[in-house]
Amino acid sequence: MLNIALPKGRLGEKVYAMFAGAGFECPALLENSRKLIFDNEAAGVRYFWVKPSDVAIYVERGAADIGVAGKDILLEYRPDVYELLDLNVGKCRMAVAAPEGFRDDMNRTLRVATKFSRIARDYYSAMGRDIDIIHLNGSIEIAPILGLSDVIVDIVETGTTLRENHLEVIETIVPISARLVANKAGFKFKTEPIERLVQEIRKEVEQI
Amino acid sequence: MQIEDQVLDGQERIGFRLRALYSGYGYSRYRMSKFEEYDLYSRNKDFLFSEGVITFTDTNGRLMALKPDVTLSIVKNGRDTPGQIRKLYYHENVYRAASTEDGFREQTQVGVECMGDVDGGSVAEVLKLAAESLRLCAADYVLEISHLDLLSTFVDRIAPDDAVRGMILQCAGEKNLHGIRRICREHGIAVGAEDPLVELLGLYGRARSVMPKIRSLAEEYGAGEYAAELSRAVASFAGTEMEDRVQIDFSATGDTKYYNGIAFKGFLSGVPGSVLSGGQYDHLMRRMGRRDRAVGFAVFLNMLERLTEEGRTDA
Repeated sequence: MLNIALPKGRLGEKVYAMFAGAGFECPALLENSRKLIFDNEAAGVRYFWVKPSDVAIYVERGAADIGVAGKDILLEYRPDVYELLDLNVGKCRMAVAAPEGFRDDMNRTLRVATKFSRIARDYYSAMGRDIDIIHLNGSIEIAPILGLSDVIVDIVETGTTLRENHLEVIETIVPISARLVANKAGFKFKTEPIERLVQEIRKEVEQI
Repeated sequence: MQIEDQVLDGQERIGFRLRALYSGYGYSRYRMSKFEEYDLYSRNKDFLFSEGVITFTDTNGRLMALKPDVTLSIVKNGRDTPGQIRKLYYHENVYRAASTEDGFREQTQVGVECMGDVDGGSVAEVLKLAAESLRLCAADYVLEISHLDLLSTFVDRIAPDDAVRGMILQCAGEKNLHGIRRICREHGIAVGAEDPLVELLGLYGRARSVMPKIRSLAEEYGAGEYAAELSRAVASFAGTEMEDRVQIDFSATGDTKYYNGIAFKGFLSGVPGSVLSGGQYDHLMRRMGRRDRAVGFAVFLNMLERLTEEGRTDA
């Protein structure tokens, strides 16, 4: 039986549709219930919904053999897992955004508000730019408007929220999408079922 | 006085059995102080499993560290032994920053280091000891073996610089083949140039199934000598009960500033990460002014807490 951690929410439902299309369905998963774990013994899968940012932890710690996590989470937390497939869904980008017309004053330390401190630090450190990270857990866009930061590093999907707050993308750091990840030890002992699942999901990805 | 088995906990019992195993192969115990000058670790940060080191100022003003690693101390304090082989084992506590939380953890390691005129026979013996160590811990185990010089040959033919090389090697360790293709496109590497590397990384499993293909691919790209080394290293398992437990997998990587040749990791069913890690580290020896060659591994005893009762072989 493969234990699969799926991210709660719209992305998780989209990803589950891919798994179901690939022959690993578990209809009870979409029913409104208080259940947290869903089995389909015939298909050899057990699903559970978890907070998107926790999927990688469940997989790294072996509670799940495989899972689906955003590349943003993988880059930020660097879990020791295999990244087997780019599912090509949940596409967006990690970007630097600033108030419209912003000009970076290289004589000053750049104040960067973000939920993704490691990604921001790595990005600016590669450029040799001195920054002050302001770690926030949400509503990042408000930080430069209130003068808390000069720029933000955040996920941008359509850019609507940025535009509505008179912010604009000034740099794209990395494209983001959902990735199929596997526990390293689990992969050694469940190689055949994991490979079979990856092969079938790959066919679904190719149809997107 | 004989110590009764029941007064030992699982980790202690396995620790002592591993020591007996290594001693039986002619390895002698290496004891060391808990402290080492911090400078040793600051010069070899990338060799350590974690970045954090606990430091303090000694009574004579020297900046000291609680040992985060054993191998560096053994290399630093040893002397070259031309024409000879020095076989050592240790059973020590190390102090490392936990990867997922703040703070440090004390971890117990048992391991072996084989230094000196190390040849294919010594590497094969260390691999055999690694497999036997895993078997002592649990019945269901896997030892995965890679060859860093072979892998590097395939990476170096496409990577234009060290930064790209590092990114590709990281993807190799994650079995992230789509990531390798993306990096190649982003850095203007010709489409398809990465295909041999991707093919190599796709060749994993039992040696008898994958070695013929690895040999032929390696010969095509000028790495036949490394494939032959890998082949010889796993040959001693052929026909033994360990044969099916030993797998070739090039995702077992290591920092090539320190490691070269054979690299390996050990896994036990029911434990989420690798419980054993090792390989040849001639490059570390050169960096520390040593001419000897070296190979070794460590077993992380703390990881064994996760073993379920039915999985253990120490009960």
